Amino acid sequence: MAASLQSAVFLSNRIDPHRRLFASPARSLPGTKGSILVVRSDGRISGRLSGRNLITNAVAVECCFTKADTPTSSTDSKPGHELLLFEALREGLEEEMDRDPRVCVMGEDVGHYGGSYKVTKGLAPKYGDLRVLDTPIAENSFTGMGIGAAMTGLRPVIEGMNMGFLLLAYNQISNNCGMLHYTSGGQFKIPVVIRGPGGVGRQLGAEHSQRLESYFQSIPGLQMVACSTPYNAKGLMKAAIRSDNPVVLFEHVLLYNLKERIPDEEYVLCLEEAEMVRPGEHVTILTYSRMRYHVMQAAKTLVNKGYDPEVIDIRSLKPFDLYTIGNSVKKTHRVLIVEECMRTGGIGSSLRAAIIDNFWDYLDAPIMCLSSQDVPTPYAGTLEEWTVVQPAQIVAAVEQLCQ
Amino acid sequence: MVTTPVLLLLTTVVTIRPFADSSLHSSMAASAVVRRLSSAPLHDHRLLRPFSTTGSESTITVETSVPFTGHKIDPPSRSVETTPFELLSFFRDMSLMRRMEIAADSLYKSKLIRGFCHLYDGQESIAIGLEAAITKKDAIITAYRDHCIYLGRGGTLVESFAELMGRRAGCSKGKGGSMHFYKKESGFFGGHGIVGAQVPLGCGLAFAQKYLKEGTVSFALYGDGAANQGQLFEALNISALWDLPAILVCENNHYGMGTAEWRSSKSPAYYKRGDYVPGLKVDGMDVLAVKQASKFAKEYALKNGPIILEMDTYRYHGHSMSDPGSTYRTRDEISGVRQERDPIERIRKLLLSHEIATVSDLKDIEKEVRKEVEEAIAQAKENLMPDPSELFTNVYVKGFGVEVSGNASDVSFGADRKEVKAILP
Repeated sequence: MAASLQSAVFLSNRIDPHRRLFASPARSLPGTKGSILVVRSDGRISGRLSGRNLITNAVAVECCFTKADTPTSSTDSKPGHELLLFEALREGLEEEMDRDPRVCVMGEDVGHYGGSYKVTKGLAPKYGDLRVLDTPIAENSFTGMGIGAAMTGLRPVIEGMNMGFLLLAYNQISNNCGMLHYTSGGQFKIPVVIRGPGGVGRQLGAEHSQRLESYFQSIPGLQMVACSTPYNAKGLMKAAIRSDNPVVLFEHVLLYNLKERIPDEEYVLCLEEAEMVRPGEHVTILTYSRMRYHVMQAAKTLVNKGYDPEVIDIRSLKPFDLYTIGNSVKKTHRVLIVEECMRTGGIGSSLRAAIIDNFWDYLDAPIMCLSSQDVPTPYAGTLEEWTVVQPAQIVAAVEQLCQ
Repeated sequence: MVTTPVLLLLTTVVTIRPFADSSLHSSMAASAVVRRLSSAPLHDHRLLRPFSTTGSESTITVETSVPFTGHKIDPPSRSVETTPFELLSFFRDMSLMRRMEIAADSLYKSKLIRGFCHLYDGQESIAIGLEAAITKKDAIITAYRDHCIYLGRGGTLVESFAELMGRRAGCSKGKGGSMHFYKKESGFFGGHGIVGAQVPLGCGLAFAQKYLKEGTVSFALYGDGAANQGQLFEALNISALWDLPAILVCENNHYGMGTAEWRSSKSPAYYKRGDYVPGLKVDGMDVLAVKQASKFAKEYALKNGPIILEMDTYRYHGHSMSDPGSTYRTRDEISGVRQERDPIERIRKLLLSHEIATVSDLKDIEKEVRKEVEEAIAQAKENLMPDPSELFTNVYVKGFGVEVSGNASDVSFGADRKEVKAILP
């Protein structure tokens, strides 16, 4: 008890009241994902976000340490609550809508139906039709409307029922959302969040299995994040809503039913930060969204074979967290990128270029990039399986890298 | 009747006082008005905002050139109330806009303005008439033919010319250009290059106004070319569904770039295109008709939801400066419209026929306006180009990534194009 209070004091000393407090998973405790709140170990706050001071989180940190926090304790005394990823998204959304009356949600079937993936279930009865808006099937215009509303100070959360439908709104997202802050000389800010499920699902067909990260990544002015666990889904959703920049939050169709225990206390994650999933020594594996789970599956096999992979979930697709990635490359000297994007012009290719530009001297081997095949996703199950990267391929790639 | 000598007018500096406390005879009042208008400090190149009611001054009732035509709505009356002060300010403001556009034409030809430059001369009455009916809290959003609307919303000449020439004193710091004029404080939301994309934005502005219960309306201006965009109908559907205070104004100048209206639209009755949304057809070259229609539309939209206004207007220049404007229409047509329907001439005739000002008064106003524009151009020309570091500012709010901060380890590229390597411990 004394020890944990001491660490609480240590951490609260680290909390500079003039800097914003961020929570991130503990770097050196891979097993206790999501059960504690910590300030980043080097005290660094990324970005120049100034001003707002989440003092309540500081109190929460101390509360957290006074609870019994050992893995062997029973479920009742474990801090936090268990929920599924879509519920975590909804929790984040609801907390932000409670906190700021300017937050509204618009999308197809988000209101009375409750959301096609139940992310907005229960919000319409609670907040009314003006804050949870059922739109007609008109992505171009309701995305434009969300952006127009954001120009005046509202903070809309625009949902695309499937990320692929947002291609219809590409003009609005690229020209108006991304560029207005610049072309108006800083007069307007567009604090929208554009979110929706994407990625390859279970035999959904080519048009409903699109990965739009690669199309949006060169839009200047846009920020992109991809969530992968309930913990980071809620944190990123909150951070995205609070951010004054337009943020595209990529969710994955197959990850909505992931269950995890997340803290009861309020927490907001840093949008530009990557997550250390598993520290290691031999090779850095960079991944995001669903591929994180394929990588972790492969990691089990790799550990059995004697390798020690370091797995980083990059989370922030634009801009990349080159700080975390660089530190990892400096340690391991080998990089493998595993992504669900297409090979051509995907996130992996940009990441590869960024690593080569910045960390060339630290590399002992060429960077390998495993991405989906450059084909429209087929319907047949076996073919679809081979479109995306499978754990066996990851294992083979690591073995090749580490020769 | 007889106004005071011209020379005296130009050398008198009179501070602008509220007009309501004047009890002068109307012609003396008019002369006071002319004096006030001409003696606005020359460095203040700001457009005068016409006041719709001015207390004790006599009102004049004018009939619009043609009656309004309504679609699923009873059109407003043809008789418009106005005052001499308002008419004079219309004249001055429209002359200012006309002069600015012509000056922009010559600046473009002397390669000080590059890229795309879309001129609004011929259509000034829409900008002015709209402003006469609304407040700065109402929102206006338009496409790329935005220079005059920017002036109407309170932008200055220097800011306009500086932005057109890409200087740092421009309204968007030189980073937007001709098609991206914005003025947040006075509810002017731009300034958009892609045809039709501003209409959903405009409906979004109306949504925010309804959400925040502001009691104001949004005007989304678009052209006859954009009227065929699908997103317009999508936005109209949503606005009608949610009863948003959105007013869609189609500035029908009968040519969408180089294609005439009858060649691009099966149904050129744009005010009827809304189908379930009522519409009004207005003579856009008659500033008083525009004022009446805008007032009417604002009252309607606040209660009932969207309405479409079709402004029948004409542009003398081509679509942009790269378009001579004569390959798809005859010069006779252009000069015909100029003779018969020019908005400034119409106001001039009104002022002369109601004996509010003499020919020489109006000529003096035009001379003064010309001088103002020339001074603004000179001032804008002296202004510097933006600093190279401005390339990277305003990409993100509270920047990171591309913006260089004190902390070099956070960025990968600096503003001087040298790669800043991430500094690791």
